Amino acid sequence: MGDKEVRLLDKNGLRVDGRRLDELRPLKLEVGLLDKADGSAYIEHGKNKILAAVYGPREAQPRHIALADRAVLKCRYHMAPFSTDERKSPAPSRRELELSKVIREALEPSVMSEYFPRATIDIFIEVLQADAGTRCAGVTAASLALADAGIPLRELVAACAAGKVEGKVALDLSDIEDKKGDADLPVAIMPKSNAIGLLQMDGSMTEDEFKEALDMTVNACRKIYEMQREALRQKYHIVKEENELIQQASATAEVQQ
Amino acid sequence: MSITRQLSPVAKLEQRTVVDLITKGKRLDERGTQDYRPLTITLGIIEKANGSAQVYLGKTKVVVGVKVEKGTPFPDTPDEGILTVNAEFVPMASPTFEAGPPDENSIELARVVDRGIRESKAIDLSKLCIEEGKKVFMVFVDVYVLDHDGNLIDAAGMAALGALVDAKMHEFSVKDGEPVFKDKVIPLPIRNYPITITSAKIENSIIIDPCLEEEQVMSCRLTVTTDKDDNVVAMQKGGLGVLTPDELKRTVSFAITKSREMRSKILPKVN
Amino acid sequence: MTVLAEKRQLVAPGELLAEGPYFAGENTYREGTKIFSSRIGLADVIGNKIIVMAVKGVYIPRLDDIVIGRVTDIGMSGWQVDICAPYPAMLPASETPMQRGRDMGRRDLGRIYGVGDLMIAQVIAFDRTRDPLLTTKGRELGRVTSGRVARITPAKIPRIIGKKGSMITMLKKETGVDIVPGQNGVILAVGRNPDQERIAVEALYMIEREAHTSGLTDRVKAMITERNVAKSVG
Repeated sequence: MGDKEVRLLDKNGLRVDGRRLDELRPLKLEVGLLDKADGSAYIEHGKNKILAAVYGPREAQPRHIALADRAVLKCRYHMAPFSTDERKSPAPSRRELELSKVIREALEPSVMSEYFPRATIDIFIEVLQADAGTRCAGVTAASLALADAGIPLRELVAACAAGKVEGKVALDLSDIEDKKGDADLPVAIMPKSNAIGLLQMDGSMTEDEFKEALDMTVNACRKIYEMQREALRQKYHIVKEENELIQQASATAEVQQ
Repeated sequence: MSITRQLSPVAKLEQRTVVDLITKGKRLDERGTQDYRPLTITLGIIEKANGSAQVYLGKTKVVVGVKVEKGTPFPDTPDEGILTVNAEFVPMASPTFEAGPPDENSIELARVVDRGIRESKAIDLSKLCIEEGKKVFMVFVDVYVLDHDGNLIDAAGMAALGALVDAKMHEFSVKDGEPVFKDKVIPLPIRNYPITITSAKIENSIIIDPCLEEEQVMSCRLTVTTDKDDNVVAMQKGGLGVLTPDELKRTVSFAITKSREMRSKILPKVN
Repeated sequence: MTVLAEKRQLVAPGELLAEGPYFAGENTYREGTKIFSSRIGLADVIGNKIIVMAVKGVYIPRLDDIVIGRVTDIGMSGWQVDICAPYPAMLPASETPMQRGRDMGRRDLGRIYGVGDLMIAQVIAFDRTRDPLLTTKGRELGRVTSGRVARITPAKIPRIIGKKGSMITMLKKETGVDIVPGQNGVILAVGRNPDQERIAVEALYMIEREAHTSGLTDRVKAMITERNVAKSVG
C-alpha cells in the first residue's frame, strides 16, 4: 500500500511493543468505581481505557419492549470523540451499532434474565481511549459491572482477540498490528462452560491458523477470567463482623424499629 | 443501543417439531442438515445498474445492485477505489421489518458481506484510480432484501458476488483529472470470489442454511466466509446462544468444504 | 458429595460451591450434580442447602416487607408507588384505613396521597406475573409528613439495624431521631429539628460506606458525638 513498510516482527520474532507472539498486553481491572450506576468496572488493556456501567434490573422503558418472562438487555457500545487518533463524531456509527449487538449477544447468555420478567438491564460501555481490542475489553469490563450490580449470572465472561501478524498467529493485537496485520479474531467466552458468545473474524487465515488462533485466545481468556475474579475479591473483601450480620439478617427477616 | 428482541412468534409446539426433526437428521422441507435450499441466481436483471444479481434461496429473495460512480479517495489510500456495502430490509419483505434507518440487523448483514469482499480483496481497487489523491471510482454494493424466509446473509453474499462478477464499466483513460470513457465495456476488476456459509445451532445439532422457522428456534448462528484459496476471510457469530471451541472448529471445517460447491454454482454464470 | 466453598467464603458468579445431593438455595443454581454461585456474596451451608448471601443487588420485594415509597401516579382505584424495585407497586384504595362506602374519584384519592408523597407501607403480594401490592393499614404505616430520607443499597439494611438492633438503637439514642429503615433501602429519619436529622442521615451513609469494617458502631457513635458538640459550640 504506498506508505513506508513497517516491520511488525523483528529478527527475534518479537513484536513492535517487545511482546512475544503469545503474550497479553498489560491488563488492569477495577470494580465499583462509579457512584450512581448499580454496577461498574474499569479496564485498562494496552492503551485501551474503557468504562462499563450497569443499571438494573429496573422498570422497562418504554414499556412495550418488556418481555413477559425475562428481563430485556439493552447494550450500548460507544466511543468518545477523543478516544481515537482522529476525532470521532459523537453520533453512533454503523460499527458502534454492530458492536453493541455482538457485545450484547456475548453477555446475554451469562445473565439469568428469567429472574426479572418485565424489567430491563442496561449496559453502557464507553471507550475513553481506544487501542485495538475495544470490544473484547468492553465485554470483560461489562461482565464485571453486571456482577458488581448484583445481577445473577451463570458465570463471568472474559474476552480477548488473537490475530495474524506477518504470517504468524499472535495474541492480543495492538493498534498498529490490527491496522497492518493479516487477520483479527475477537472472542468472548464463559470459561467454565467452555461457551463462546462472541466470535468475529476479518482478514485471511487458513483453517489451521484459525484453530491455532482460537486455542490461543481461549487460553488467554481463562487468564483474564482469573484477573476478573481477583478484581471482585479486591472490591468485596469483607471482615468477619459483617459476615455475621449478613448471616443473622438472612436467618430472621424481622425488622426492629 | 442494542435491545433484546421480542420472543419468537413461534409456539412452543412448533419449535419442538423443528427440534425433534433435526435430532433425527431431518428438516421441515425434507432437506438434509447440510443441504442448501433450492438456489436460483439470475445476473444482470437491473440494466441501469453496473451489475446486478437476484438470488432466490428457498423462499428468501434478495436483489443486489452494483453502481460505480466517481468519488474522492480516503487520505490513507489515495490511489485506490472505495468499496461500500449497504443493506435495506425493506418493510414488504417481512411483517417484522419497519421503515426507517437501518437497524442493527441490516447493519450487521451489510458489514459481514462487506468484510467478505474486502478481506478477500475481491475487487482490485488499485485499478479504480482516476487521479491519485483526487478522484477514484467508488463501488456501491446495495443489498435489497425483498422476502425474508431465513438466511439473509448467505443470500445477500451470493447475490453480491454475482452482481460484482456481472458488473461492467466502460474502459476509461484519464485526461485533466477526469475519466474519459471509451465505447468498450469491461468487467470490474474482480480477482477473488468470497462465499458466505451460514450455519445454525439448534440444541446440539448444527445445520446449514436455516430457513426462517429454523432461525426462530436456533440458539445462535455462525457465518464463515472463505475465498477461492480456502482461506477464511470473515466470521461472525450471531444470536444469544453459545458455541464450544470444538463446535466452532467443526463448523469452520465444513464451511470451507461447502463453499467450494457453492462457488461453482455462481461462477459458471460468467465466462 | 463435596462442599467446596468454605463457610462464609467470598464467592463470585460461576464459582463451584458443591457437588452432590444438595439443594441449590438462594443465589445459587444447579447444573447436573454441581451447584454454582450466581452472585457475589458469602457462601454458606444450612443443613443440606447451599446458599450465597449477596452483598449487593436491586431490591426485590418480599411478602411482609416494610418499604418506604413515593407516589408516582394516581389511578382509578389506588396509587402507583415507586419502591425502588424494577416493578412499580400498587396501593389500592381498599388497602388504606379510610372510610369506604362511596366510590372515590381521582381527586378524592389525590387528597389522601398526592403525586410525590412519601409513605411507609407493607408488601402484601408479589409474584412473577404481577407487580407488588401494598397496604398502609397497620400501625406506623401511612403518609410521611416530615423528616429526611436516606437511600442506601438494600443489602446494607441489616447493618443499619445491627446485631440484635444494637446499631439502630444507638443511632436513635445518640441523635434523638426516630429512624425507620425500609427493606427497599430507603430510610426515614424523623427528628425534632433539621440539624439532628442531618447528623442522622450522615451517620446512615457512613454505615453504608464502611459496612465491611469492624468497630463501626463505636466509630459512628463517636462521629455523632463530635457533630453534637460542634453544634452546641457553633
